[in-house]
Amino acid sequence: MDWEIVVGLETHAQLATASKIFSGASTAFGAPPNTQASAVDLALPGTLPVLNRRAVEFAIRFGLAVGGTIAPLCAFERKNYFYPDLPKGYQISQYVQPVVAGGAVPIVFGDSEKRVQLTRAHLEEDAGKSLHEDLRAMTGIDLNRAGTPLLEIVSEPVMRSAAEAVAYAKALHALVRWIGVCEGNMQEGQFRCDANVSVRRPGGPLGTRCEIKNLNSFRFLEKAIEYEARRQIELIEDGGRVAQETRLFDPDRGETRAMRTKEDAQDYRYFPDPDLLPLEISQAWIAQVRAEMPAPPQSKRARYESEYALSPYQAALLTESREKSDFFEAALAIVKREPRLVANWVNGELASLANTLDADFTALPVTAGSFADIVVMMLEGTISASAAKDVLTQVARSRKDPRAIVEERGLTQISDSGALEAAVDSVVAAQGKLVADYRAGKEKAFNALVGQVMKATQGKANPVQVSAILKRKLEASSS
Amino acid sequence: MHAESIRSLAARLAKRELSSVELTRAHLARIARFNASLNAFITVDAEKSLAMARAADDRIAGGAAGPLTGIPIAHKDLFCAKGWPTTCGSKMLANYVSPYDAHVLERFGRAGAVLLGKTNMDEFAMGSSNENSFFGAVKNPWDERAVPGGSSGGSAAAVAARLAPAATGTDTGGSIRQPASFTGVCGLRPTYGRVSRYGMVAFASSLDQGGVVARSAEDLALLLGVMAGFDERDSTSIDRPVDDYVAALARGAKGLRIGLPREYFGAELAADVAKPILAAIDELKKLGATTVEVSLPNQHLSVPVYYVVASAEASANLSRYDGVRYGHRAEGYRDLTEMYCRTRAEGFGAEVKRRILIGTYVLSHGYYDAYYLQAQRVRRLIARDFSDAFKRCDLIAGPAAPSVAFDLGAKTADPVQMYLQDIYTIPINLAGLPGLAIPCGFGDRGRPVGLQIVGNYFDETRMLAAAHAYQQVTDWHTRVPPGFE
Repeated sequence: MDWEIVVGLETHAQLATASKIFSGASTAFGAPPNTQASAVDLALPGTLPVLNRRAVEFAIRFGLAVGGTIAPLCAFERKNYFYPDLPKGYQISQYVQPVVAGGAVPIVFGDSEKRVQLTRAHLEEDAGKSLHEDLRAMTGIDLNRAGTPLLEIVSEPVMRSAAEAVAYAKALHALVRWIGVCEGNMQEGQFRCDANVSVRRPGGPLGTRCEIKNLNSFRFLEKAIEYEARRQIELIEDGGRVAQETRLFDPDRGETRAMRTKEDAQDYRYFPDPDLLPLEISQAWIAQVRAEMPAPPQSKRARYESEYALSPYQAALLTESREKSDFFEAALAIVKREPRLVANWVNGELASLANTLDADFTALPVTAGSFADIVVMMLEGTISASAAKDVLTQVARSRKDPRAIVEERGLTQISDSGALEAAVDSVVAAQGKLVADYRAGKEKAFNALVGQVMKATQGKANPVQVSAILKRKLEASSS
Repeated sequence: MHAESIRSLAARLAKRELSSVELTRAHLARIARFNASLNAFITVDAEKSLAMARAADDRIAGGAAGPLTGIPIAHKDLFCAKGWPTTCGSKMLANYVSPYDAHVLERFGRAGAVLLGKTNMDEFAMGSSNENSFFGAVKNPWDERAVPGGSSGGSAAAVAARLAPAATGTDTGGSIRQPASFTGVCGLRPTYGRVSRYGMVAFASSLDQGGVVARSAEDLALLLGVMAGFDERDSTSIDRPVDDYVAALARGAKGLRIGLPREYFGAELAADVAKPILAAIDELKKLGATTVEVSLPNQHLSVPVYYVVASAEASANLSRYDGVRYGHRAEGYRDLTEMYCRTRAEGFGAEVKRRILIGTYVLSHGYYDAYYLQAQRVRRLIARDFSDAFKRCDLIAGPAAPSVAFDLGAKTADPVQMYLQDIYTIPINLAGLPGLAIPCGFGDRGRPVGLQIVGNYFDETRMLAAAHAYQQVTDWHTRVPPGFE
């Protein structure tokens, strides 16, 4: 029987402000425990919160980027619960009226494009951290993270697979980094997802959902949703029922485990925080934020598709980050032609280089200028495509000028037809079997022969020319 | 010198006829003599106070004196003072020493005041008799069988007994005006937002306002001028220029229209309180004021609204006292839940627990709309009653409390009777208005009666001017409790 998986995500994006949302303490990561916790963060008696305007501006930016509605007036509420890493015994959050309502994040999934509708995005403060390591039979509390500004972005339950949910999470990750509101470092917890997963018969009513908490990598997100959907389907097929509960993903075992059920769901007793005034956002403030923010990636994607005839997939990959798209544009400005070829190289060779080095596109050892030189040499026929890849590797290693590398290593392509004819002749003479195979109708043999010529010329032959000469010679001798 | 006004003391200090050390020593001596019976102070630290006094004398000698340089001031023990215990009258914070100064303490420090000690109070400012303190009840200097009122009972008793020229207080539902009335001193609650709440331990954030207890309207004006002003660390603090309250005292009461709310003179008001209140209003008329009857039709809903709103806010404000980072922590717990439960069971007194329970209840799922939201709606109606009334008058006058000070223990068995102590003060807090209480005579058994004067938002100048005019022609505020002369 068919099952449909239904996924919605709640994402906590840490806003890239220098100080906390309600205090002046730094938000920098990695400081010794409790060195970035001010009197306000420690909830010392008598302290009061003061809203960080920058955090609000980042929320407005996000709202504008997703085409949501910015609330002209909204409030901060207290979410009450006890936990040692929650110093005040309540978290300041938004409940009734979020700062951003609605909006959508465009995603490219497979060959299709889709807009993932958002329910809301609201501002809140992060809690601290409990430390269990290195403390015998005790728990330590680090409040450096307490009060860090978060934007909780809630999607509608519109994703239909783990892969689609990951595509959305990646698009959202790219978007918040693009507009500069979140640095997106997932290891440092700057971008973490909770997944709401349920299964149903196609077209049927929504099933009971489970929430999987705190997924801080795309891989875990995918694995957790896959596991959870399978668990629910098996449970129902065995005659069981899904209980609404909160679950945790165990990355070592690749499974989700129940954390708490709906029955022990807490009553958070939300009410407006009387220490903070209602948040008023004027049209003038919104206009000012709009003027300061970069154009969102979807507008760039649309331009790439229409102006450069890139596929939606290529355009989406290029706009994964602002650094990457800047790199592409800078290289294309030099090459001045073949945008699809340039895009393929950026998305292929250069992306994998960035990945290997764990660097973003501004920190690559290959500059957009060097890369453009390599592409130009390839398009001019000076070097072959395989030599181009080789040069790229060399530049990455040595940061030398690509033209100097081509010269030094003698990678200049052989386009001299006399030399190529001789090389083809000797291969045809030596590879009798391949020639016979080709003549017997085995097309693959032709490519093998080209390969032999390339090998004989140490990859310096112009493969297009080689093919033409070879084809002519084989046909001439067979007739 | 303990009978002199702050203004006169400041003048003598400036002329160096008197030193701050002498003045501080004199008050410390009175505290040493009387505090054992009154229990008005929780913390006294003569060494620290005298060091501040010496610094003040140096400052005066250096010609850099501020308006209060060298004047000893006591502070209610919920104002955080760096290096001093800040207990809030609770076992929970009995050993808590604040690492920073409240905004109000900074202001007094800048003006040159000497910190004389921390005064007793109802635990976390919850109470109307000062019987809810972990450090024991405070006695009323006029009659040690009587309560001093609360929650700023220690401050009121200290000023009444001339142990301090003035003391800060906080007023969430009447906690300055009612004890001032019970002890025959002057108490001022400014407009909500006029004095920063930063460093003032919260009871109910939307109602709490810092103020002061002193012996004359003139001293109140001087002290308010020091305390008032915008503070960016308190989002509810209001950025608005501070009036010259002392200069405005000269305006007098002439031409002021004084509203008398019908509801403030009903059956709840004891006859022995009504008489001096009406006499005081006559006195204001003689000074050129006119009276007009006004109505506050929703006033009778104030006490229930207050106990919903204040308790709701308190239930969250007091969640931070969990034993994790500071304050009391139970011993010998087995797990986190037990640590929380025992810490809070041991650390809080009965009244605080009662309010946390009420507050938790009214915010709970299924009750929120019926209690909390409904209370907020009625709160707006109560505030509107006042704005309607102020269309017809400049000030509102009436009693500060329905009776004179009651006996210790008289109302402890019945919380509702205790809560009704605040029927005339709570509406002002719900509306966010300023109010003051000044002594205007004595009721049964020679216990003081206080006249309450309420002003429109930020109209402290008119309230103070009327009170000052009254005090120019009466001497109730100069009366000293027998035995404390």
